[in-house]
Amino acid sequence: MYRYDEFDAQFVHERVEQFRDQVARRLTGELNEDQFRIHRLMNGLYLQLHAYMLRIAIPYGTLSSKQMRKLAEIARRYDKSYGHFTTRQNLQLNWPALKDVPDILAELASVEMHAIQTSGNCIRNVTADHFAGAAADEFEDPRPYAEILRQWSSIHPEFSFLPRKFKIAVTGATSDRAAIQVHDIGLQLLRNDKGELGFAVYVGGGQGRTPMVAKKIRDFLPVADLLAYCEAIVRVYNLEGRRDNKYKARIKILVHEKGLEAMRTAVEAEFAERNDQRLRLPQSEIDRIHAYFAPPDVKPRPAQSKAFETRLSADAKFAAFVNSNVSAHKVPGYGIVTISLKPIGKIPGDATSDQMDVVAHLAEHYGHDEIRVSHEQNLVMPYVALDDIPHVYDELAKHDLACANAGKISDIISCPGMDYCSLATARSIPVAQRISQHFGDGDRAHAIGPLKIKISGCINACGHHHVGHIGILGLERKGVETYQITLGGSADETCSVGDITGPGFSYEDVVGAVNTVVETYMGLRKDSAEDFLSAYRRVGMAPFKAALYEKNPGADI
Amino acid sequence: MALYQNGQFVEDSWKTIAAGQDIPPSGHVIIPLDWWQAQRGAFTGSNVPIGVRIEPGTRIESFAQDIPRMSVIALAFPKFQDGRAFSTAQLLRERYGFKGELRAVGEILLDQLQMLARCGFDTFEITDGPTLQAIKEGRATQFTKFYQPSLMTEAPFGTRPWLRQPSTAKS
Repeated sequence: MYRYDEFDAQFVHERVEQFRDQVARRLTGELNEDQFRIHRLMNGLYLQLHAYMLRIAIPYGTLSSKQMRKLAEIARRYDKSYGHFTTRQNLQLNWPALKDVPDILAELASVEMHAIQTSGNCIRNVTADHFAGAAADEFEDPRPYAEILRQWSSIHPEFSFLPRKFKIAVTGATSDRAAIQVHDIGLQLLRNDKGELGFAVYVGGGQGRTPMVAKKIRDFLPVADLLAYCEAIVRVYNLEGRRDNKYKARIKILVHEKGLEAMRTAVEAEFAERNDQRLRLPQSEIDRIHAYFAPPDVKPRPAQSKAFETRLSADAKFAAFVNSNVSAHKVPGYGIVTISLKPIGKIPGDATSDQMDVVAHLAEHYGHDEIRVSHEQNLVMPYVALDDIPHVYDELAKHDLACANAGKISDIISCPGMDYCSLATARSIPVAQRISQHFGDGDRAHAIGPLKIKISGCINACGHHHVGHIGILGLERKGVETYQITLGGSADETCSVGDITGPGFSYEDVVGAVNTVVETYMGLRKDSAEDFLSAYRRVGMAPFKAALYEKNPGADI
Repeated sequence: MALYQNGQFVEDSWKTIAAGQDIPPSGHVIIPLDWWQAQRGAFTGSNVPIGVRIEPGTRIESFAQDIPRMSVIALAFPKFQDGRAFSTAQLLRERYGFKGELRAVGEILLDQLQMLARCGFDTFEITDGPTLQAIKEGRATQFTKFYQPSLMTEAPFGTRPWLRQPSTAKS
């Protein structure tokens, strides 16, 4: 893991002190809410429906046990003993008092964490594959580059007042688990035919009210040019991005209106004009950062574990957990364990302080002290010996953390919706809870197979509904909640935006509509190996539309 | 108007005039860019000190040949959220090698001052009351650690090797 040196520590400390002063100025009324707004947003502090919300950065979703314990402690002392893990691999506290926030930030700084740039019109927390360093299909670890980007983008003097927020994601595996094609900049590590390491660079992806799949602006960017090229992109965006309408201010709109070719020309010209080498990354610096992410000292083990296999054949529930929640590891004898924060009927992404402590303890003893937060709002232990998985499973199960549903229908991404958010137009958490209860994590859910449901409570799409295999968008029509359904979206390497089925469904009917979609899929799939997305891509919308609207004409939207 | 420079308030020896107003023979006026572009023929061969004011959204490429002629370039911030002039300032300093006074005018706030300076601004016309007050009370935050190279003095070499290499920008 990356560790702060004195430089990083001082950087964060100065920032905490600055914010302490800003909060004091706000509390005395010297700053009005409008003026305070940019400062609090730069520190991840939102004003929500009922209270302030603090969004804590978890760079590329990586935490140590000590950091996780600190988060648990902060939630206990300053909030209501729980936190919400988000689709940006961050943690949100929903009820902090403004006067406490500087102290919370100081507590975070004591474990090398902060809330800088988790909001505001700046470069946000850089995200990466949550299986980084561990996945069997990874060929290059994205974390060193995510860390280099994190540093470069922190309080960037030129890019702190962009037209709109700006999100960067990095992946280095065959399967894209970081959803890079729905980011402002998506970076895919690869090697060229000379064997040199670089990135395919995507630009202009995003969700919100105008979903766009990112376009490839560069086939191969040498790693040494990472910062100079990103700076060229962001400069073009800062100068040319629209500022007349916040809903048209993301870089995806600039790329769309300007056209990819013109955008590429502008970025390449800006990149070529940079006549100094200050941002060029020397290999020595890449190596220095890389060293922080060296794999833990995992003892080689037999590829087959007796304890693991014995339990697998004896315990169907354990087998179901392994089937859903344990992923292939690059080191034989190890597995990647996904800890579902989607227990049936509960709020997606929420974890109590006690649960955080349990995960911290397990990671410390059985997981090489490392925890990840996935953009799918789950936690991950990236290095667990197969021998230890039965015990880890038992401990997780005691704390409602062993739900065998990772990647399954009840592993739902949901935004907070009307229960917390001041922008929401409909409830989303209760819809997620009802769908989860309806399908559960039993035999039927496993028979359905991989299926990603994503729910947003307004058109800003924080719940990623556009890229859900089944997406649900909650809207308000004449004072009544109505839910639009999309099918066939995907955030992986085959990225696509879902198609709207037709008229929306009421709060009462939406679960039934999802059930109809699922039943239709089960009826038409070739066999159990054809997952929902593949089946949809094969047959298209027609059979689903027929099933949905013959049964239920839907609310008129 | 309070002009802030090098950590103190100084007397402003420049006057800002609107388009259409006469440019005095002694110069020392900051005029809108399009007024300059309309008048520039009259200043051929003259070295009367002149400054221009540039609104955000202006492409400075078309003005490139006049940049060395300017004693002052004032970049406008109609709203503090409008960050375009941060990039324009970088371009003026880095790419066009502008050596004159680079002035930030408009709605600029306390916590932006150091960022502005790091992008190449050296004077600030501050109108925001709380910002003026905070500066007078010595409360202007000064960070000492940066993750990017800037046009100001660099942090000690070696703390972030790739970011702390001595600037090779033209001086």
